[in-house]
Amino acid sequence: MAAVPDPMIPIPYRIQTVQRETDDTFTLTLTAASSEQIAPFQAGQFNMLYIFGVGEVPISISGDPSTPEKLVHTTRAVGTVTQAMQKLKPGNVIGIRGPFGSHWPLEEARGNDVVVIAGGIGLAPLRPVLYTLVKYRERFGKVVLLYGSRTPEDILFRRELEKWRQRFDMEVYITVDRATGNWRGNVGVVTKLIPRAPFDPYSCVAMVCGPEIMMYYSVLSLRDQGVPTESIYISMERNMKCAIGFCGHCQYGPAFICKDGPVFRFDQVEHLFNKREI
Amino acid sequence: MENLEKILAQHPFFKDMSPEHVAYLAGCAANARYDPGDFIFRNGQPANQFFLIRYGKVSLEIFVPGKGAVMIETVQEGNVMGWSWLVPPYRWHFDARALELTRAIVMDGECLRKKCAEDPRLGYELMSRIARLIEERLRATQLQLIDIYGKD
Repeated sequence: MAAVPDPMIPIPYRIQTVQRETDDTFTLTLTAASSEQIAPFQAGQFNMLYIFGVGEVPISISGDPSTPEKLVHTTRAVGTVTQAMQKLKPGNVIGIRGPFGSHWPLEEARGNDVVVIAGGIGLAPLRPVLYTLVKYRERFGKVVLLYGSRTPEDILFRRELEKWRQRFDMEVYITVDRATGNWRGNVGVVTKLIPRAPFDPYSCVAMVCGPEIMMYYSVLSLRDQGVPTESIYISMERNMKCAIGFCGHCQYGPAFICKDGPVFRFDQVEHLFNKREI
Repeated sequence: MENLEKILAQHPFFKDMSPEHVAYLAGCAANARYDPGDFIFRNGQPANQFFLIRYGKVSLEIFVPGKGAVMIETVQEGNVMGWSWLVPPYRWHFDARALELTRAIVMDGECLRKKCAEDPRLGYELMSRIARLIEERLRATQLQLIDIYGKD
């Protein structure tokens, strides 16, 4: 009988590429350093990335679920671990535990329109959804991506966004909070894009990821358009440590983000949302 | 005039407004077209117009010395632009520049104010719609101000 892998023991993965996305954001592509690999992931799940001697951080998976042997993580350098991670080079080895957590409702979305709303680095956990939507395009109705970023320079995955924008079977709208120079796109908050997006509110699934305040206003705007709360999914972020629901660091009311989330149907967490005490 | 009335009635800003009121307001309306790069109005100029965008995209900008023009918002098809015609001293506080070929219905501010004064029910209806726009814009500005995508 094969031994069940211990979820607390990291598996060594070797960095293949380090891609700089923006000023403070980068993407690591990793492959297993030995014959041992983590299980395949689903869109929306995360891994724990361990820099030996520095620390461990939860990072959502931003790669294609159909090529699970190639792990892709897009990270913003904001703390000690992620800043150390930014300095890593191809060939370096880090530890990976995962994949953990709930996933985006791609099965439920079959046959419906899909509205993907991302803010800032929130596009990273949604990129696996977009890969899947494009790969199995015929399974879904209209596909709409609404993406908000701080400035044009902060836009992630530019080349892919451009490619998706050129498709006739996908609507991609991008907006920035402020711009100077030659920007010809939209300026304004991402929620402003929702009323003009072409989708059927009564037959759609909305997947929203970004800062909590942005998700909150997106939900309000989606509801204004007639989207039922049960059709709206969000991805929450908290300080995850063990990733298996033991330590309690990521407790969110009665739920643990690492185990019950990060993806929640909005009506399941609505009563907790925007609460100062949580 | 009949054509303008029809266009006004179809614009989201006038959605569900009584046909009598739309017809009455159509007297203040005119068609306009702007080429890419055209300034529709500029900061400090007298503000006596209200714009209903039918097609295209307009950038609202503030010129910051040493930094150039900073785009604070874009407005496009279905949006409206400008409420400085409502309150003294009736001056624009930013620049509006067409980013693309833009078609709009331009409403004369003085004419609108006069009609609102003559018909307070219409005045209340119009002000309620504009107040909603101001509230939306204020909420969006608050979100922009807190820099939600920033590091902190």
